[in-house]
Amino acid sequence: MSDMITNILLVGVGGQGILLASEVLAETFMLAGFDVKKSEIHGMSQRGGSVVSHVRFGRKVFSPTVPEGEGDLLFGFELLEAYRALPLLRSGAKVVVNDYRIPPPSVLLGQATYPDDLVERIRAGFADSLLVDGLHLAQQAGDARAANTVLLGAVSTRLPIDETVWQEALARMVPKKALEINRKAFALGRAL
Amino acid sequence: MSTAVLSGNEAIARGAYEAGVRVASAYPGTPSTEILENMVRYPEIDSSWAPNEKVALEVAIGASFGGGRAIACMKHVGVNVAADPLFTLSYTGVRGGLVLVAADDPEMHSSQNEQDSRNYAKFAKLPMLEPADSRECKEFTRLAFELSEQFDTPVMLRSCTRISHGKSLVELSERVSDLPEPKLVKDPPKLVMLPGNARVRHPLVEERTLKLSEYGNSFAVNRAEMRSAKIGVICAGVVYQYVREVLPDASVLKLGMVYPLPKTLIREFAAKVDQLFVIEELDPFIEEQVRAMGLTVTGKEIVPLCGELSPGRIRTAFAKVGLAIAPESPAFTSGQLPPRPPNMCPGCSHRGLFYTLNRLNAYVTGDIGCYTLGFMPPLNAMDTCICMGASVSNASGIVRVLPPEEQRRVVGVIGDSTFLHTGLNSLMEMAYNRAPATVVILDNRTTAMTGRQENPASGFTLSGEAAAEIDLVALCRALGVRHVRVIDPNDLDATRKALEEEMARPEPSVIITNRPCCLLKGEHRFKPGEAMEVDQEKCTGCRACLRLGCPAIEWQPAPDGKRGKAYIDPLLCNGCTVCQQLCKFNAIQ
Repeated sequence: MSDMITNILLVGVGGQGILLASEVLAETFMLAGFDVKKSEIHGMSQRGGSVVSHVRFGRKVFSPTVPEGEGDLLFGFELLEAYRALPLLRSGAKVVVNDYRIPPPSVLLGQATYPDDLVERIRAGFADSLLVDGLHLAQQAGDARAANTVLLGAVSTRLPIDETVWQEALARMVPKKALEINRKAFALGRAL
Repeated sequence: MSTAVLSGNEAIARGAYEAGVRVASAYPGTPSTEILENMVRYPEIDSSWAPNEKVALEVAIGASFGGGRAIACMKHVGVNVAADPLFTLSYTGVRGGLVLVAADDPEMHSSQNEQDSRNYAKFAKLPMLEPADSRECKEFTRLAFELSEQFDTPVMLRSCTRISHGKSLVELSERVSDLPEPKLVKDPPKLVMLPGNARVRHPLVEERTLKLSEYGNSFAVNRAEMRSAKIGVICAGVVYQYVREVLPDASVLKLGMVYPLPKTLIREFAAKVDQLFVIEELDPFIEEQVRAMGLTVTGKEIVPLCGELSPGRIRTAFAKVGLAIAPESPAFTSGQLPPRPPNMCPGCSHRGLFYTLNRLNAYVTGDIGCYTLGFMPPLNAMDTCICMGASVSNASGIVRVLPPEEQRRVVGVIGDSTFLHTGLNSLMEMAYNRAPATVVILDNRTTAMTGRQENPASGFTLSGEAAAEIDLVALCRALGVRHVRVIDPNDLDATRKALEEEMARPEPSVIITNRPCCLLKGEHRFKPGEAMEVDQEKCTGCRACLRLGCPAIEWQPAPDGKRGKAYIDPLLCNGCTVCQQLCKFNAIQ
């Protein structure tokens, strides 16, 4: 195992299920035999505000937060928040982003506009960018609430972890009655 | 022995369990809340919410005096509330081990200040341990109880947001089983702090600090890691991780006990390195003591006093003295973007009230909770916010300097849990001294901001058992408030009428809004078929509904230069009807 550390940033809007997704990632990396650390913020910042969760794995991880400008993989749950977080990445980083827009307060009030070219701007900065229609694919899997698992499936193809390990982490973290739909959702994301 | 990915808070709870703790008490506060929420999973521990941190610590002190191990947990500002018993507890010492967890919030992710709790250890003259990851959270909690009993002292365990809400691998052990059974033992000279007894205890406290400092020289949590002699860094807690990340070749003196300091160990380390640094978040706590030892050290000249540290900030600091390469500017810049501050939820039971306070041009003394978000535009209905309970006493104070026409505009707002925390004493004062202010108790049946914890008015305990439910109306009357009324804050007309009448009254008055938090079970956010809808024919684009700042209501500009219209997201709307009441054109149904 090399000394390389992989730095993942999960970003989106408070309430989107980002913390749970980062839990699944951390569990997966532990099962794969890596050292793992993660860091996030609870409390006031979660009330519909911007959320950033850090997950790092490797042979030995020190800082629980990703050093600025060293993100290897961005896991975006919302377009504007994904775009906002791009400066945290190194050049050549990978981006997996949900094709989903949640207007922030100034846009709701008509005082600002939601940029309509974010996908193009993300692609221009990062060649390895994957846009995922999480909601639609989750509906296809049988439940709109499994959108995060679709995204996780897409993210899994960007990480050097065996599919069996992902499947075991899902089985550990997802409630039994929702496991079948989440397995389908994961497979749809992984096939992208 | 199994391994798990645990948060710092989960690991502290596990450590308390393994240490044989019998009693755990806390008041919720970010980033400490999850310690007790995890503690309650261990049936061997009596875990409960206290109305405030002072009470939590006193419950723990009682359990310790009975001979059981006990823990009290709180956020940094909670220690201010608990400071009164803490300082005297330092004199009495303990019977069963006692640990106070203080979780700091550098960067103020969810706090009103970023005070550095380490100063409390020095001020109250007691030892403080500071873990650097979840594994140490568990281990140091266990060690803290041993230290507490060995040195007859309360021990503080300091965490911070990045430790409490960070996760890392932890190896689990069994609960200790060889602790003595609690029983009553009379020992008034030790436990009754009258002046005569306290004068005897104080020199013992000073002696204890010297012994602990000496013990620290060989205590395994303090560890010199010798690598290159060029740079020597003294650090503790999460900062240790950042230093190891940025300066892998530097020698490090990692302190697990940050007070009292191990002076011999520090001198030995300083003698072995070319240049000595202290890298710490917030105050120059260690640095000042190292300087007082006569050592030459670099610290706050290169590291910021404000905010949290990070690998990048430490890299920048060492680049200033030519010992690291400055961080590169980002590979990508995203430029100006619409910000996304936190906001009250769609259907929040506070929204109608703050909208009305805004329309009535009230001067609102605020408090700590979700409703502090009433400050945000477009509600803009909060004018002060200091600490838990301050809304009521600030209102009581401000009216004393104002002319009558301005007194009327003053309204204090406080949540149910915050009211029971420390607002109670404030309302007692206001009624006692007949200050003509209006207080609104926002009774949403929960402690919402920290994640919906029970409280003495919610009818349930931390473990989910039914409990006595405080009657807030009767309580306010018992405190001497003659005018107490209850309203539904989602009824805008009733809310406006109540506020107008009580604000005009030249006497103390209380309005209680009784609408549960929309995130509580049974108050489901998404009620299919109950979402409001904007009739695009009837909507005139007057923007009245937008003044609520509801996340479900969006302004949709018209493409051809005509007036835009409002749109309601059916996935977000929970059908609270407040916007419907505002629409003069019956466009929202």
